[in-house]
Amino acid sequence: MQPFAKRISAMSKVIKIKKGKDINLAGVAEKNVAPRTVSSTIAIKPTDFRNLVPKLVVKAGDEVKAGDALFYDKNNPEVMFTSPVSGEVAEVVRGDRRAVLEVRVLADSETSYKKFDVSNASNTKEVLLESGLWPCIVERPFGVVANPSATPKAIHVSCFDTSPLAADISFTLSKEGDAFRKGVEVLKSLTSGKVHLNVDANGQNQDVFTQTPGAVVTQFAGPHPAGLAGVQIHHIDPINKGDVVWTISPQHVVFIGRLFTNGQLDLTETIAVAGSDIKKPQYVETMVGTNVEVLLKDNVSGDNSRIISGNVLTGTSIGANGYLGFFDNVVSAIPEGDEYEFMGWLFPSYARPTISNSMPISKYLKKNFVVNTNFHGEERAFVVSGEYEKVLPMDIYPVHLLKSILAQDLETMENLGIYEVIPEDMALCEFVCTSKIEVQKILGDGLTLMAEEG
Amino acid sequence: MKFLRNTIDKLKPNFEKGGKLHFLHSTFDGFETFLFVPNHTTKQGAHIRDGIDLKRTMFFVVLALIPCTLFGMWNVGYQHYLALGQEASLMDNLLFGLMKTLPIIIVSYTVGLGIEFAFCQVKGHPINEGFLVSGMLIPLVLPPDISLWMVAIATAFAVVIGKEVFGGTGMNILNPALTARVFLYIAYPVEMAGEIWVSGIKGGAVDAASGATTLGILGAGKEATVDTYNAFMGLIPGSIGETSALMCLLGGVFLIATGIGSWRIMLSTVLGALGMGLILNMVGGNPYYDLPAYQHLIIGGFAFGAVFMATDPVSAAQTNRGKWIYGALIGVLTVLIRVFNPAYPEGIMFAILFMNVMAPLVDNYVIKSNIKRRLSRVKA
Repeated sequence: MQPFAKRISAMSKVIKIKKGKDINLAGVAEKNVAPRTVSSTIAIKPTDFRNLVPKLVVKAGDEVKAGDALFYDKNNPEVMFTSPVSGEVAEVVRGDRRAVLEVRVLADSETSYKKFDVSNASNTKEVLLESGLWPCIVERPFGVVANPSATPKAIHVSCFDTSPLAADISFTLSKEGDAFRKGVEVLKSLTSGKVHLNVDANGQNQDVFTQTPGAVVTQFAGPHPAGLAGVQIHHIDPINKGDVVWTISPQHVVFIGRLFTNGQLDLTETIAVAGSDIKKPQYVETMVGTNVEVLLKDNVSGDNSRIISGNVLTGTSIGANGYLGFFDNVVSAIPEGDEYEFMGWLFPSYARPTISNSMPISKYLKKNFVVNTNFHGEERAFVVSGEYEKVLPMDIYPVHLLKSILAQDLETMENLGIYEVIPEDMALCEFVCTSKIEVQKILGDGLTLMAEEG
Repeated sequence: MKFLRNTIDKLKPNFEKGGKLHFLHSTFDGFETFLFVPNHTTKQGAHIRDGIDLKRTMFFVVLALIPCTLFGMWNVGYQHYLALGQEASLMDNLLFGLMKTLPIIIVSYTVGLGIEFAFCQVKGHPINEGFLVSGMLIPLVLPPDISLWMVAIATAFAVVIGKEVFGGTGMNILNPALTARVFLYIAYPVEMAGEIWVSGIKGGAVDAASGATTLGILGAGKEATVDTYNAFMGLIPGSIGETSALMCLLGGVFLIATGIGSWRIMLSTVLGALGMGLILNMVGGNPYYDLPAYQHLIIGGFAFGAVFMATDPVSAAQTNRGKWIYGALIGVLTVLIRVFNPAYPEGIMFAILFMNVMAPLVDNYVIKSNIKRRLSRVKA
């Protein structure tokens, strides 16, 4: 057999991403998998899905099987969101204006599964919708749950993650090759175009992805955000006005593969528990929607940590007993930064990640940073120019796009490429911003406005 | 540090809502955040943020100005004693320069920050760092013997009309420091053209010609021999901080190395001036046409303008391609104004202000080409 690099270069091209920044943080998960740990209650959170308006179909006290619907999408009633476990609906948690935040299910000790008929190839879409795996598919533009009546021009699967403390997907899915291939086969039936597998050019053990028949494999090299589907799509086949492109994570492809192999919903996944406040950062087998308390038990150092479902750039702060998000495969724990720093803007008292040459020690230090949540400054108007461009490897003028959003100028937003980005694509812009502008919030608002009126 | 923090925490309630001194809360905030980076944490979006902030960015520009400032002070003294024909030591020169310069700096900061604080107070905004730099730039582009009331008026004009009416730091169209300079140039032409370029020679103690700057002599149609060494080192009369190309170069290197100043703008400004200078050299004809192109870079305020004024990120072009065009046009225009309109010797000042106004247009065309690319994808 030829060496890996040689084999792959024969079958796909390498796209080199030059702009961006890898943020190396302390507490990277070690590559061993702790035994299966799942909490007794599981929660599915409508807030994990952009702009979703949920309609409940259960109330507290109802019994559900794994695969039974908990709620559906008001705007696309056939899109179901289902329970990953069997048991009793314990609680519906509501927030402002009675918006549903979480549906919690108390799991049975023995899971009973709803059976899905997967023998018939013609009803693939219906099975996906009914099983609750349809929401795994994210639609661009706007980054919302895919519209079942749309036909995408392509489906992209980013098979690696470059974000800080990211889980190594080729490691977590190393034994899931069959399910992955099955899942890709299902996805192929949903598009008239191609299914793209975008893999890490420098990654080890990519065979689980590259050995997939019928998919287009493209290699990417470079710093974060090279691993984001948005960046990859931009370099392979950018989204134009009127285009619909779907993205899905490799883990979710595996879920689909499992469903179409044995007819039942199995949302078991291996995730990373990482960060400088984790005593023993490693991988653990668990389930979508688990309470992270069981994962963090006796494993968090310090008493002032921020627990994030997802990575530190795009994740959600959930607290020490919150629930793992639907799309997240990492739980990050970093110290809070609610402390004053004497003259910190001039003499930083500890090294911190930066792209600024004005902090040469921090910038060129080769180490994994212990990073906290301090703002390191105050919000200001846009002053410094050319900064976002250094970390956004797209042919887009980010500041002008954001200004057009602030001005609610729909036509300019469209012209400047709002269809090509979702908030995660510009999370690094937010990180590097000298003026501490809330980039992801502004972009999210712009996308919502565009989706409503555009 | 703990004591300082405790003191601030004790004072703080007075400035908070309902406190006796609430009307001064912006000022208090300004000083507090100067001493301590606030304990604010991220609430939404990215949980971690880069260590850089606007305070650091602005302060680094002030650091980059230190060589120009120190040398400028010394040169004020040096020119003074040179004009009087007296021997003077390094300390004599520096001391004389300090005595002349310090009041101008103090007036500039006091007036500027006073107005800035007042505006922030009224609007309920936090104090912005922008004037840290402007307050230093204004004295450095003024002649040493300028009257302090003129400094005060110019600074007030720059802060109010140049910046605050547009909404403060980040919103202005023109570079505030240059606004101050051009205000004086236009509003007080007699005073600015007098014998104030070399300190302490007013009243005819010395021959007037010795107070004239190179550009002034050339502007009068006379042949001027530029002593390249003196012009590069800055041993010539002129504005306080802008005579020395060497010191500007040091500042420029510092700004580029720290990533604070745009190398694209600096480089393209120099290339633009060189290019235009060479073209005029080829045409030839009068002393100004024949001035070697490279000498345009070291006389007048060119180096200072290219390094510190043109690169102001707010008033400059903001797209990378736009920066090249913006800078190059500043260089070209500077030389053009100097040569074709000798009544206005300070070409760089007008060139930068003109391009400040044109920068949004330059960006607009750069962005239009981006939009065109995006639309052409659909057709393809």
